Amino acid sequence: MAERCAVIGVGQTQHTSCRADVSIAGLVREAVDRALESAQLTMADIDAIVIGKAPDMLEGVMMPELWLVDSLAAAGKPVFRVHTAGSVGGSTAIVAAQHVMSGVHKRVLTVGFEKQSDGNAMWALSVPMPFGMPVHAGAGGYFSPIIRSYIKRSGAPSHIGCMVAVKDRTNACRNPYAHLHEPDWTLEKAMASPMLWDPVRMVETCPSSDGAMALVLASEDVADAHDGPKAWVHATAMRSEPTAFAGRNQVSPRASEDCANDLWRKAGITSPIDEIDAVEMYVPFAWFEPMWLESLGFAPKDHGWRFVEDGVTEMTGRLPVNCSGGVLSTNPIGASGMLRFGEAAMQVMGIAGDHQVDSVRKAFGHAYGGGSQFFAMWVVGKDKP
Amino acid sequence: MSDDVLRIRTPISIKYQYSAGPRVSSHLLGLMDGRFVGKRCPVCELVYMPPRNGTCAKCGALLGEDVEVGQRGTITTFCVVNVPFLGQTIKIPYVSATILLDGADMGMQHLIQEVDAADVRMGMRVEPVWRPREEWQPSLENVLHFRPTGEPDAPFESYAGHL
Amino acid sequence: MREVAIIASAQADNTATTTSTPVEMLIPVIQQVLANASMTKTDIGFWCHGSCDYMTGQPFSFVSAVDALGAWPPIIESHVEADGAFALYEAWLKIQTGEIDTALVFGNGRSSSGDINRILTLQLDPYVVGPLWPDDRSIAAMQARACLESGVVTERAMAEVAQRNHRNALTNPKALRRGDHSIEALMAAQLVADPLRELDCPAHADGVTAVIIAAGDRARGLAARPAWIRGIDHRIESQNLGNRSMTTLPSAALAAHKAGVANDKIDVAELHAPYTHQELLLTSALGLSEATTINPSGGALCANPMMSAGLARFAEAATRIMNGTADRALGHASSGPWMQQNLVCVLEGE
Repeated sequence: MAERCAVIGVGQTQHTSCRADVSIAGLVREAVDRALESAQLTMADIDAIVIGKAPDMLEGVMMPELWLVDSLAAAGKPVFRVHTAGSVGGSTAIVAAQHVMSGVHKRVLTVGFEKQSDGNAMWALSVPMPFGMPVHAGAGGYFSPIIRSYIKRSGAPSHIGCMVAVKDRTNACRNPYAHLHEPDWTLEKAMASPMLWDPVRMVETCPSSDGAMALVLASEDVADAHDGPKAWVHATAMRSEPTAFAGRNQVSPRASEDCANDLWRKAGITSPIDEIDAVEMYVPFAWFEPMWLESLGFAPKDHGWRFVEDGVTEMTGRLPVNCSGGVLSTNPIGASGMLRFGEAAMQVMGIAGDHQVDSVRKAFGHAYGGGSQFFAMWVVGKDKP
Repeated sequence: MSDDVLRIRTPISIKYQYSAGPRVSSHLLGLMDGRFVGKRCPVCELVYMPPRNGTCAKCGALLGEDVEVGQRGTITTFCVVNVPFLGQTIKIPYVSATILLDGADMGMQHLIQEVDAADVRMGMRVEPVWRPREEWQPSLENVLHFRPTGEPDAPFESYAGHL
Repeated sequence: MREVAIIASAQADNTATTTSTPVEMLIPVIQQVLANASMTKTDIGFWCHGSCDYMTGQPFSFVSAVDALGAWPPIIESHVEADGAFALYEAWLKIQTGEIDTALVFGNGRSSSGDINRILTLQLDPYVVGPLWPDDRSIAAMQARACLESGVVTERAMAEVAQRNHRNALTNPKALRRGDHSIEALMAAQLVADPLRELDCPAHADGVTAVIIAAGDRARGLAARPAWIRGIDHRIESQNLGNRSMTTLPSAALAAHKAGVANDKIDVAELHAPYTHQELLLTSALGLSEATTINPSGGALCANPMMSAGLARFAEAATRIMNGTADRALGHASSGPWMQQNLVCVLEGE
C-alpha cells in the first residue's frame, strides 16, 4: 500500500564543538544546501519540510522551525517538527519518508540539527527538577550503571569499550565532516584514558557538537528520473517503552528487540549479519556497540563483545559498524540519528568517500533516545524493495 | 571585519511552578517524617518507591495504596562519577547508585558515601544517613547518602531481575 | 488515499491551574477516549502526541507522557513539539502508508506552569526580536491595531466574536470561561493591551485532548457515524514580523484550498483563533460564509490549553458530525505568532 521512497540527496555540516561562524539558520542551510545540490534540486522544488531536533533549551529558541521558515524558503509549504529525544534524527527521517510513502508529497526535505554550543548543553539536558535527588552527571551517569550490568552479565573483558572507541575515532579520520579527528589512538592509550563514570572512560564518550544533517527524499517517479545515486527505503520501524518500571531490562530493552524484529520482517531479512553490508548505529558510549549488536540480532546474546574483539565490526570486517566515526566522534543531538540514517544511505549510494565500504547493497541506520527507550531504524538498499 | 558582531549573549529567565501531584504527596510527607513511603500499582501490584509521577508506567495506571518500605536496601548497579558539571553540588569522585530498598520492586537513585569508591559492589547492603531532622524538606535530599550496613552482600539472584 | 475518520474523542475539564502533574492529567483522558471507542490499548496501532518542553519547563517533558500509556509491551509511538493536531496529521500520514489502521493522538500541556505570554516570546527570532521580549499578547495587540486601522476588522466585530464565543461556552462543560455579555459591556471593558480587552484574549488553560482515528471499515465498525477526514493540509508563512501581512492569513487560505474546504458548504467550523480579531481574519481566509456556525464550543477564546487547543477543535468538530448535528465540519489548528502556521481539516458524515 505504501508508495516507494528513495533518498536522492544527502548533505551535512562541518561538525565541531562550536560553530561560532554561523547562526542557527546558517548551520541548517549548510546541510540543506549540500543536500539539495546532491539531489540536483532547488528550494523551489521541495514540497514539504520535516525538521527534527532535541530539547529547545539547547539553543534557547522555542520551536525554532517557526522562525526558520524564511531561511528554508518554506513559506506556503507544510513544515513539520518532530521531537523524540535522542532518536529524533532517525524518527524525523522516518516521518519524512512517510510524507512520501503516504503518496501525499513527492520531494521532501528533512533536516536534523543541534547548535548546542549556543546554550549550556549539560544543563539543558538535565535541568534540575524539584522533589527528586540529583545524582546523575548527565547521560554518562545514567548509562554507565547499565553498561556495568552488561559487563557483569556477559563476562566481557574490560578492554572492549576501548576497542570500539579506537575503531570509531580512527574511522572518523576518514570522514572530513566528523567533529573529532584524532588519528593517534591505540588500545593502550585508550585504556589509560581517565574514567568519567566508572566503568566508562573519557575516550568511550561522545563529544558535544554543533551540526546538521539533511536528506532529500523522493517518490518513485522522481527518484527514477534522478540520474544520480539513490538509496531506496526498504523498511522503517519505531518502538517505545516507558523509562522506568519494575523489572525493566535496560541492557537489551524489549523495545529495541521488537523494533529490530519488525524491521527485519518488513525488509525481508532473515539473517542480519549476512544480509546487511554496512551498519550505522547510535553508539554514544562505546560499550553500546556490543550491547546493540546483540539486541538487534546481529550477534547472539553475550557474544556482541566477541564480534568487537574479533574485528568483525572494523571497516574491513564482516559487518562494518560506524565507518563514519559514529556518535562517538560527532554528536549534535538533534542530528545524530539522521547522521546514522544518512550515512547508511551514503554507503548504499557509494558517496561515502574515504569511509566507503565496498559493494554495499543494503545498509542499516539506527537511532535511540531517552533512557534507552525510543528506537528508530531503517534499512536502505541499492535496489528497489 | 573586527567591527562585525559575531555573537551576542541573550539571557533568558523564566519562572516555572512544578507540581509533585497529589499522588506523590504521601511519599513526600513520609520523607518529612524520616520514612520511605511508596505506592502499589493496583493492576500489577508492584511497589514503586519513589512513586514516579504517581503512575505505573507499565500498566498506564494511577498508583494506589501507600506502602512503606524498609530503610535498608541492596545496590543493584552503580557508577563512580569523576566529571564536574554545572549544577552539580557533590564533591567528585562520588558513587551514584541504584538502590533496591527492602520491599520495593524498583530501585531508586542516590549517593553512596562512607566507603571507598573502589570497594562499592553490586549486591552491597546499604542504609540511609539522614540529615538532622530540623533540616528536613519534602525531598529525597533529606537523605544525605547511603552507607554500607556491613551485612553480607545480597545474592545476585535477589536483584538480577532489577538490573 | 485510504479513508480515515475520527471515531472518538475526550477532553479534560479545562482549568486555569492544577496541582496535578501532566501525567496525572493525562491518564483519565486516555482511559476515557478508549472507553468512548470501546477499545483497549492493544487495539491502538500508533500513539502520537504533541507537547512543548519550554511550556513545561523541562527538557524531554514528553517522555513522562509515555508513562500514561501503559507502553508495555512496547508500542509504536512518536511525538511532535507542537499542538496535538499535528500529531493527528502524523498519524493520518502513517495510516496512508498502510502500516497501521488505528491511532490514538493527544495533546497535553499546562499553560499555568509559567507566564505563558512570556514563554511564547521564545518562539521569535533569537537575535533581533526575542531579546526585546515582546510577549505574545502584545504581539497580538499589534496585529489587532493594524487590522483596526486598515478597516479589516472593527471593535464592534471583535466584541461580537467575544460575545458569541462566551455565550456558546455556556453549553460547553469543558470551557474555562463563559458568560452572557452585552456588546456595550464588552466594548466598555478595560483595555489590557490596547486595543485588546481581557475577553479579546484567550483563557489560557491546563488541559488534555485525545482523539482516536481509524481507517476504512475499521472506522465503520467502531462508530455509528464516523467523522471522515475528507481533506487535511497545513501551511506556514514567514514569521518575520516586519515583512509579513498583518491583516491576512495566506497560509490558512492555502491550507483551506488544499483541504477542499470550498467544495461544499461547511455547517460547523471550530477555529483555533486565540484572539477575537484573529477569528475574523481566519473566517475570511477560510472563505466561511454566514451560514457556518463558528465555534459552538466557545473556541480557543474560552479555553486555550496550549498544545491541545487545536486538537480540541478537531474533537469538537468531529463530535458534531458524529452526533448528527452537522454533515460537514471544519477543524483548524494554529501555531506561531499572528497565526503563522495553519492546519485545516474537513470532516464529513456519511
